[in-house]
Amino acid sequence: MSAASLGGAFRTMLVRDLLLAWRRRGDAMLPVLYAIIVATLFPFALGPEHALLARIAGGVVLVTVLLAMLLALDNVFRGDLDDGALEQMLLAPQPLSLLLAARMLAYWLVTALPLLLVAPVLAYMLGLEPAAQPVLLLALLLATPLLALLGIVLTALTAGTRRSGMLLSLMLLPLAVPIVIFAAGAVGAAQQGLPWVAPLAWLAAALALALVLAPLACATALRIALDT
Amino acid sequence: MNAFKLWYHKLGSPPYFYVFAGYIQPWLWTIALLLAAVGLYGGLVLAPPDALQGDAFRIIFVHVPAAWMSLFVYGVMAVSAFVAVIWRPKMAEVLAMESAPIGAAFTLIALITGSLWGKPMWGTYWTWDARLTSELVLFFIYLGIIGLYHAFDDPRQGARAASFLAMIGAVNLPIVHYSVVWWNTLHQGTTVHYFGPSSIAPSMLWPLLLMTIAAKFYYGASLMGRSRVALLSLERGKDWVADEVRGDTAHG
Repeated sequence: MSAASLGGAFRTMLVRDLLLAWRRRGDAMLPVLYAIIVATLFPFALGPEHALLARIAGGVVLVTVLLAMLLALDNVFRGDLDDGALEQMLLAPQPLSLLLAARMLAYWLVTALPLLLVAPVLAYMLGLEPAAQPVLLLALLLATPLLALLGIVLTALTAGTRRSGMLLSLMLLPLAVPIVIFAAGAVGAAQQGLPWVAPLAWLAAALALALVLAPLACATALRIALDT
Repeated sequence: MNAFKLWYHKLGSPPYFYVFAGYIQPWLWTIALLLAAVGLYGGLVLAPPDALQGDAFRIIFVHVPAAWMSLFVYGVMAVSAFVAVIWRPKMAEVLAMESAPIGAAFTLIALITGSLWGKPMWGTYWTWDARLTSELVLFFIYLGIIGLYHAFDDPRQGARAASFLAMIGAVNLPIVHYSVVWWNTLHQGTTVHYFGPSSIAPSMLWPLLLMTIAAKFYYGASLMGRSRVALLSLERGKDWVADEVRGDTAHG
């Protein structure tokens, strides 16, 4: 039996992950529900004053999306680790980083894309100005893949541990500070009518770098965590 | 050169390192305490009160060395972590993992003394100044590394995973710092500077330098002590540890 080509292996992994997510599509909706509920709590906590909510809307949506993605990270390797599929990925003739890149893409499609769809609605409910709406969406479009790449590298590091949910947030959130700053900075600048391209350009540059490095780093992290 | 190389390779062996660390640790302690005593006397007694800040500035002699050490220790830890991930020598793992709590402690001291200093100077214990904020993020990164190390059942595996996290953090730290600076200038305008535009007076500078060197030696002494204990724990099944422990009880 000959090994599948690189493109074929990538496609097989992606289709498998998406199919698994589709079979349990209720689970995929949980981060979205979580984001909606958390965003709804802010007006209750801060009061329904429109000016205040409009000012913090961009930041609230960004942080909410970040937390919702964090919530879903714990399951990225859990199932494969339990049934031994992860060992098969490590032993596969194709580069592990390629298979992990497919996993990262699937995670972004399953978790971040629904959040991207619901984020403008949340921002509208909180009263974000229409002028800042496209900037928020653009910022999320750049920030969510970055978070996915960084988050999955760190999740791979915790793959061999027992319970890792709280630990993962302790590891990820400090490293995600620059992403939040630049994404929220762009939205804030758009709200004040200032130029907002520069922070987004930084995010895009970081994303380009992470797209290349994160799968390699993730492969190393996984081999360390599973000690092979 | 050859003798140095031989010594360097011998240091990678836990029993040799244990003896070596035990030999130099008292010297490091002595130098650190002497320098700190002279530095504190110079800083707290000899140096004149600051023209603007009065006596409150004297916390600088603890605050600034601790803040510098918080980054210095991270640098040492990142280099050992790099060596630990690439070549996997046990001693590099031990040094990296035992550096992390010391670095976290220095970061915490820098944060606490900074906020105590901030109250009389800025009128508040906490402000979202760029340096304070990135120091706080650094503290969280330290905690993440320590937490990941302890999450594994096998300490060596945990050390390698946490070392990898330390490397990722080392890449990210400058990004965090500059993004926080950028964020701060965007939101707040000018920030409060630690030093005025004029340079620091010599009578304040020499105690500060002494305290900085004392902190370095303290770090060395503490690292040696922690590494010795960690080695005894990691190698507890080995003969040399049994000999060591029996020998110690026999003598004292």
